[in-house]
Amino acid sequence: MKVYLPRDAAARALGADEIALAIQAEAARRGRTVDLVRNGSRGMVWLEPLAEVVTATGRMAFGPMTLADVPDLFGDLALHPKALGPTHDLPWMRNQTRLTFARVGVIDPLSMDDYRAHGGLAGLRRALTLDSAGIVAEVIASGLRGRGGAGFPTGIKWKTVADAAADRKYIVCNADEGDSGTFADRMLMEGDPLTLIEGMVIAGIAVGATKGFVYLRSEYPDAIDVMTQAVDLARAAGLLGPSVLGSAHAFDMEIRTGAGAYVCGEETSLLNSLEGKRGVVRAKPPLPALQGFMGKPTVVNNVISLATIPAIFEMGAAFYRGFGLGRSLGTIPLQIAGNVARGGLYECAFGLTLTQIIDDIAGGTATGRPVKAVQVGGPLGAYFPRAMFDLPFGYEEYASADGLIGHAGIVVFDDTADMLAQARFALEFCAIESCGKCTPCRIGAVRGVETVDRIARGDAAAIPLLTDLCNTMKSGSLCALGGFTPYPVMSALTHFPDEFRPMKTAAE
Amino acid sequence: MTDTDLSPHVMEILNSHRGMEGSLLPILHAVQASFGYIPQSVLPHIAQDLNISRAEVHGVVTFYHDFREHPAGRHTVKLCRAEACQAMGADRVAAYAKTALGVDWHGTTADGQVTLEPVFCLGLCACAPAAMVDGRGVGRVDEARLDALLAGVRA
Repeated sequence: MKVYLPRDAAARALGADEIALAIQAEAARRGRTVDLVRNGSRGMVWLEPLAEVVTATGRMAFGPMTLADVPDLFGDLALHPKALGPTHDLPWMRNQTRLTFARVGVIDPLSMDDYRAHGGLAGLRRALTLDSAGIVAEVIASGLRGRGGAGFPTGIKWKTVADAAADRKYIVCNADEGDSGTFADRMLMEGDPLTLIEGMVIAGIAVGATKGFVYLRSEYPDAIDVMTQAVDLARAAGLLGPSVLGSAHAFDMEIRTGAGAYVCGEETSLLNSLEGKRGVVRAKPPLPALQGFMGKPTVVNNVISLATIPAIFEMGAAFYRGFGLGRSLGTIPLQIAGNVARGGLYECAFGLTLTQIIDDIAGGTATGRPVKAVQVGGPLGAYFPRAMFDLPFGYEEYASADGLIGHAGIVVFDDTADMLAQARFALEFCAIESCGKCTPCRIGAVRGVETVDRIARGDAAAIPLLTDLCNTMKSGSLCALGGFTPYPVMSALTHFPDEFRPMKTAAE
Repeated sequence: MTDTDLSPHVMEILNSHRGMEGSLLPILHAVQASFGYIPQSVLPHIAQDLNISRAEVHGVVTFYHDFREHPAGRHTVKLCRAEACQAMGADRVAAYAKTALGVDWHGTTADGQVTLEPVFCLGLCACAPAAMVDGRGVGRVDEARLDALLAGVRA
């Protein structure tokens, strides 16, 4: 009997390890042998721990599993109290377009054979038939843009690094996924780490870099563990080393652990941290593409951008850019979180509205109360009221509504949310995490908290002051921390003005 | 531990990181893994080995939230304070934890058993509120589950 049970951090946080032990114990008790594979998560977090049993008709899903549900896995599966049917047929799975996450939850993340059997290395093999310019052209043609949030065209960045003359170049993967409501990088690294490695190898070959780093946040111990094992596996299989898959190209990489600084998700701050310095933001220019790690030309890409590269080469740029809308091409792994009935990861083409995402896919709030606000794009993203839920999911579409899609995290709040408190938190968070380089961010965030407190005490004169401060932070900060903290603050103020009225506190 | 007790361990850590590009963070992580914190007395050794000033090492240690200048309690409970967890009642759970432990953020209980730390996102946003107890993630933490977790580490 073959059973899949995720080793994903979210599944483990909901008891997957205990279920795994119970399955082994029950099998031993019955004298049965069970082949238990700890896979990645399918992304249906509300059903975790989700067990899958391999049957003659495919993989059948059972969840959310409790210890009491384990013995029935060995009986008539059709009668199992948590039987959900074939996994691929569940509405959540059926309606997705899984390109980047095609193998996540399907394969054993640490099996090279499984990886190859599900299309792994096909992208790299095709890339090896192209020259540097050919690889870069394919990435440009795919329309892929930085999935970390900035949305810069990945191929153009690669071209800049490829064209730069230097004795050494680097590929740096930004796996410092600090935005609340996002976990796509974590799930990818825990569920299909070899895809990320393959993407980094292709990047290295494209730009002429032989060394890569994954800068992985310390809050993700499971991802660090899986990635570290995957690098060893890739070396043993010849995917990494002096001759990548027997070619003339060399590429190797290291996994580096962050140290709890949110600002290190900003690329220049990340590079300083990787060099062993304080994670202080650098001014641009010079661009990291020309003077990045150790002053050498460096590609800094998000996990999802790099992990999408193998799929682009396997299926072709034209196929990939066939999805999406406007200038937001391809697929985006939406991460639906916070107060939702069905939370998790949902990969689809750009263009869905928040109404579709929250009401249809996520099934509304977990508490059953009305949705009040949605924060898209992490702690630096805007809060949108229901009146704006028809906005199509895309880089330009969100920017034009004074928001951002960021890393595509969607955090839902019900009607008990206090928007003034959320605005205050955004500024408090900025004050805690500011690297200190830019005065508007370092001092402004602290003054912002005080100003919101004045508003809460009923001082209406503080509202224009807060608006003015946000403008100063927006235009006077080098990076997105100081520059975008005004988004959650101003969107809360603009879309929920009643909560900032002095009357509110006075009446209470 | 005195300085003389520490130095062989520190030298071993420094030797194992030789030749590594940008080795300071990995060294500091290794020091903290060995000693539970970054003792002041190791800074000169690291500075000398990397040929940087002691002030630079100090600057790096104090920049990052992970690095401790003093030992923590026997167990560390991290509660996520970020937005997705807030949407599911993290503030309420945090207030409960502070009362139950009798400490504020970064505080250690009088018996030295538990240190309470805030964390901003554990990537467990679809099963919020989230916590991490001695490096192990826990989802959907309410007051009852927190009581069970605290009882578990104190047992």
